[in-house]
Amino acid sequence: MSAQGGLKPLTAAKEVNMQLINEMKLEFMSKSNNEAFGRVVAAAFASQLDPTVEEIADIKTAVSEAVTNAIIHGYENKPGIVTMVCRLYDAGIEITISDEGKGIEDVELARQPLYTSKPEMERSGMGFTVMESFMDSVSVKSEPGKGTTVTMFKNIKSY
Amino acid sequence: MVEYYQCLGLKGAKYLDVKLLKKGTTLVIRIMEDMDHHSSQYLRQKIDNEIIKSTVKNIIFDFSNVKFMDSSGIGIVVGRYKNVQKLNGRVAIVNANPKIMQIFEMSGVLKIIPAYSDLEDAISSMCG
Repeated sequence: MSAQGGLKPLTAAKEVNMQLINEMKLEFMSKSNNEAFGRVVAAAFASQLDPTVEEIADIKTAVSEAVTNAIIHGYENKPGIVTMVCRLYDAGIEITISDEGKGIEDVELARQPLYTSKPEMERSGMGFTVMESFMDSVSVKSEPGKGTTVTMFKNIKSY
Repeated sequence: MVEYYQCLGLKGAKYLDVKLLKKGTTLVIRIMEDMDHHSSQYLRQKIDNEIIKSTVKNIIFDFSNVKFMDSSGIGIVVGRYKNVQKLNGRVAIVNANPKIMQIFEMSGVLKIIPAYSDLEDAISSMCG
């Protein structure tokens, strides 16, 4: 897959010498019913880092956006498997959501606020903007015809 | 809360996930669940069916019972706004929590759709 666009790539986490505490992987069908399921699982896993209510809300919303993108854009509502991997580090949580669907032709365009390839579905085109606002870094790897992987990181302060 | 709605002289249809109440030409939509792409599919249908059935000019989205919303909620609100705009109608948002307000803010929706913390204020702002 070609790397295209991102504020901080996946490897930044390792450069900061973070300690991996825990990891989980979830795979589910690309059904919209699973949008809630995915975000609740990520929130439940993140709770091990003792996040604030606001941090949990941010994680749930960002995951909801990424999972929704996999379902309606990646698989275009056809059958497929969405994979979510969450890794807990001492500094925070890394969440990777991937699909083996359509892929994104132009990642920079896709990430533009208000841009949507599905206006007929009343999509606002704000998915990536929400992810970028609520998480500390978002990187996107995609290859048309192969799939898309979105990796997000959120710092969770420990007291 | 049902009594509150009755005091305001609102009557309407009630589903598990959304309560639709009419006051004159204003439709109050009280969403009772998380708003994401999944729920937006049937919310949209239920709201639009109600709009077709009766003379609806203005729409108020009551977020008092919405604990979660992602950007799909923007599509629901803006979609109905576009529809009532053709009839010179208005749309308002009521009682959205800070996270939901943040999402509306970032999309620019609040520049065209006002947000209130009180349903009566929103109803008063509607005329005709």
